[in-house]
Amino acid sequence: MCDTCGCNVTPAADDHAVEVLQGLLAANDHEALHNREHFSRHNVLAINLMSSPGAGKTSLLEATIEALGSDLRIAVVEGDLETENDADRIRKKGVPAIQISTGSACHLDAHMVHDALHELDLDDVDVVFIENVGNLVCPASFDLGQHINVALLSTPEGDDKPAKYPVMFRAADLVLITKSDLLEVLGDFDPVAAEGYVRQIANPAPLFNVSAKTGTGMDAWLDWIRSEAGSRV
Amino acid sequence: MHELAVCQALIGQVTDVAQDKKASTVSDIYVSVGPLSGVEAPLLQNAFPIAAAGTVAKAATLHLDATPIRVHCEECGAESEVKMNRLVCKECGDWRTTLISGDELMLQRVVLGEINV
Repeated sequence: MCDTCGCNVTPAADDHAVEVLQGLLAANDHEALHNREHFSRHNVLAINLMSSPGAGKTSLLEATIEALGSDLRIAVVEGDLETENDADRIRKKGVPAIQISTGSACHLDAHMVHDALHELDLDDVDVVFIENVGNLVCPASFDLGQHINVALLSTPEGDDKPAKYPVMFRAADLVLITKSDLLEVLGDFDPVAAEGYVRQIANPAPLFNVSAKTGTGMDAWLDWIRSEAGSRV
Repeated sequence: MHELAVCQALIGQVTDVAQDKKASTVSDIYVSVGPLSGVEAPLLQNAFPIAAAGTVAKAATLHLDATPIRVHCEECGAESEVKMNRLVCKECGDWRTTLISGDELMLQRVVLGEINV
């Protein structure tokens, strides 16, 4: 017995030990389930967009709204540390955007999304995009109540991002390789290698190359949204 | 740094357990953390005193049990222990695997201190 390693501490009586076996994020997961039911009850498809900062989430949304705006009623929940800049960009496209200012928080959670949904009439919406905080680490741990996770991987970031951030890319149901117009200029981003890294984390998600700037590859993404939204109506 | 948010959720659960059992203090908290949970054990450990301050768990010790990452191969049926960014079967090399363990983030057990009868 010593005072160093703790071996002198008397073990607690059995009736003092309580087996819990509960996920640490149980409260968040409960709220997420509630959000998902809320979306589903209104036949709304909820898509969580995740990426590093500057991968082009807002630009992708702008181009998506322009292309789909007449077919599907879109709304956007914007997560941002401080500004309303991204929400303003979305509103200029004529769709409702609810801004969640997270302050210094590095991710959205289900409670924040729940609060944002109070400001949105889902009867008038077919698809809600939740633009998560630009961050490839923290958002992956929090279920928001989305139906689908989409991870963006922009070409300047390098094709090995899925190997560096496996938790995020393992959670993705679809991976968009954005800024694909730069593939030729950069020369060192290999979309086949990127797919290989996604498979190595046992993720069967499809990968699409898209450029919101030139429109190249956008059709596959837009068809995918139409198909996913259609299957929920 | 979402570990503080995770730690605050943990303290909430521990507080519920303590209140339920009418305990005024908690001495030990056991949590299992898999690398694929997205939570870093050392950061969780560092965040713990901040989240625990002023709660029933203020003097508690947080025990973190790191679970290994294990996958089951859908192709050949083998089980392997793997690295977090290479979840492929070690036997046949196929990537179509299912995770058996390694993404846990679970409160296993709470040991209570003083119980008010």
